[in-house]
Amino acid sequence: MIRFTEVSKRYSNGHEALSRVSLHLPVGEMAFLTGHSGAGKSTLMKLVALIERPTNGQVIINGQNLSKIKRGGIPCFRRNLGIIFQDHRLLYDRTVFDNVALPLIIAGYGRKEIGRLVRASLDKVGLLSKEKVYPITLSGGEQQRVGIARAVIHKPSLLLADEPTGNLDPDLSREIMHLFEEFNRVGVTVLIASHDLDLIRELDKPIIKLEQGYLAHHGAMDAIDTDSGIRGMAGAIHG
Amino acid sequence: MARDLNKDMMLNPAERGGKRASRRGGFSLKGWLNNYLLRHIQTFFYTLGQISTRPFSTFMTAAVIGIALSLPAGLNLLLQNGQEVLQGWNSATQISLFLTQKTGEKSAKKLASVLRKMPEIATVEYISKESALAEFSKHSGFGEALDALEQNPLPAVLLITPELGQQQPAQIAALVERLSKRREVDIAQLDMEWVERLFALMAIGERGVLILAGLLALAVLLVVGNTIRLAIQNRRDEIIITKLIGATDSFIRRPFLYTGFWYGLLGGIIALILVELSLVLLADPVREVASLYHSSFRLQGIDAQTLAALLGVGSFLGYFGSWIAVGRHLREIEPT
Repeated sequence: MIRFTEVSKRYSNGHEALSRVSLHLPVGEMAFLTGHSGAGKSTLMKLVALIERPTNGQVIINGQNLSKIKRGGIPCFRRNLGIIFQDHRLLYDRTVFDNVALPLIIAGYGRKEIGRLVRASLDKVGLLSKEKVYPITLSGGEQQRVGIARAVIHKPSLLLADEPTGNLDPDLSREIMHLFEEFNRVGVTVLIASHDLDLIRELDKPIIKLEQGYLAHHGAMDAIDTDSGIRGMAGAIHG
Repeated sequence: MARDLNKDMMLNPAERGGKRASRRGGFSLKGWLNNYLLRHIQTFFYTLGQISTRPFSTFMTAAVIGIALSLPAGLNLLLQNGQEVLQGWNSATQISLFLTQKTGEKSAKKLASVLRKMPEIATVEYISKESALAEFSKHSGFGEALDALEQNPLPAVLLITPELGQQQPAQIAALVERLSKRREVDIAQLDMEWVERLFALMAIGERGVLILAGLLALAVLLVVGNTIRLAIQNRRDEIIITKLIGATDSFIRRPFLYTGFWYGLLGGIIALILVELSLVLLADPVREVASLYHSSFRLQGIDAQTLAALLGVGSFLGYFGSWIAVGRHLREIEPT
């Protein structure tokens, strides 16, 4: 589903955020992207969502080589993704219903179908009763669930979540992560950027660990602990 | 029910693919067209709702557009009225036919009766040499000097008033040309040079209004462009979010274009009101002046054509101004 080949990203200010990263996330997998802030997590996510373009290397998502997608093709490409943000990014002047319906409205669905799918999606995240309220009246966890309902309503094949539990307490975070697991169980590929190591350990999913732009680890969680301890120390000495 | 919906959300990818395919199979042009039109209609009214939530700032923008539109529209209307007045004065146009000295009274009267029968000519007045001399000596103060002359130097004159409906300068000029070729006629002179000058001045006025209209149209574009630019900046987050969700440029552009359209249309309506209001204020003094000239002239109001033009131009300028602004600023807003 996601394949990076020797991907580097250098920003115009000269900072190299990603250095020759190669990785492969198969269809139907759920993986966590971790690393300290500044390690390149956000950059990697942005490359997948075509918010940024790599300086070098090749990114292939769902069989599509992203370098072949021109500006005009980006909207169409993004409709296959579901993106969840740490800051929710809801439209606060519209109701929960309208927020969740947005991807369908953009894609030009009929009114009846929109109503049916929005309710199904809201039901999935447990917010069916809140469809008519404005997001500002909801708690942080509820707002994040609205964001998730919006991200999955058009049944994307790839779900990207950037620090989805960043502002939530542990219980709510766990709830959100289980929601992702459920989507993954029905075949959606899920990539979650997070540094909530306790929760990640609990879920026992593959880890992609970035350190200063390099891929430090890709695999099961238990391998990382000792590994990253040494590397982390090395990093600290280098720093 | 809830459980069914649940299941629907949780279909596995293969099944979902199947469902998608079946939906595509059921694709109909009519359905697509319906949705497309529906979306446009929705945006159309959604944007009207949006701008009506901020009545004051909407009114300010529309009023600026209205004033800019009302100036050329009002001036054009005044010009039209001026032309109307000129048409009236044109009926005072006379052609003087100075007959040759050889032409005697008999043949002069014969010519007059021939001319009276021409359809282009309304009236013909014969002024004999003698009465011309009498009139001249009475008004000029050269009476004694004229008495000293042996012969009457003045020619007989036929004063011709062209038929109404033959009052265009070109038609009259053609008539004068024809009359001057007659054997009995020495000189055919048109007493309407001042009218021609006025027409020329009017042409300058028309050109001036055109230039003014062009400049003010540009101003409307700038006003709308600036308003839409601010609207785009205010909705920056929304634009970024919808772009991230996969909105195309045209989807994002649409509400702004319709907003521009509404501003333009409202501006056109305000311009209409301003022009009509000015006409009401001008009506009385104009009637006063007209009555002094024994004319029944009344200011003409806005006709259907001007009305349609005002509203059409207004909404087009609004739409176009918005289109320029959106094209310039939407590309700058990309998710980061």
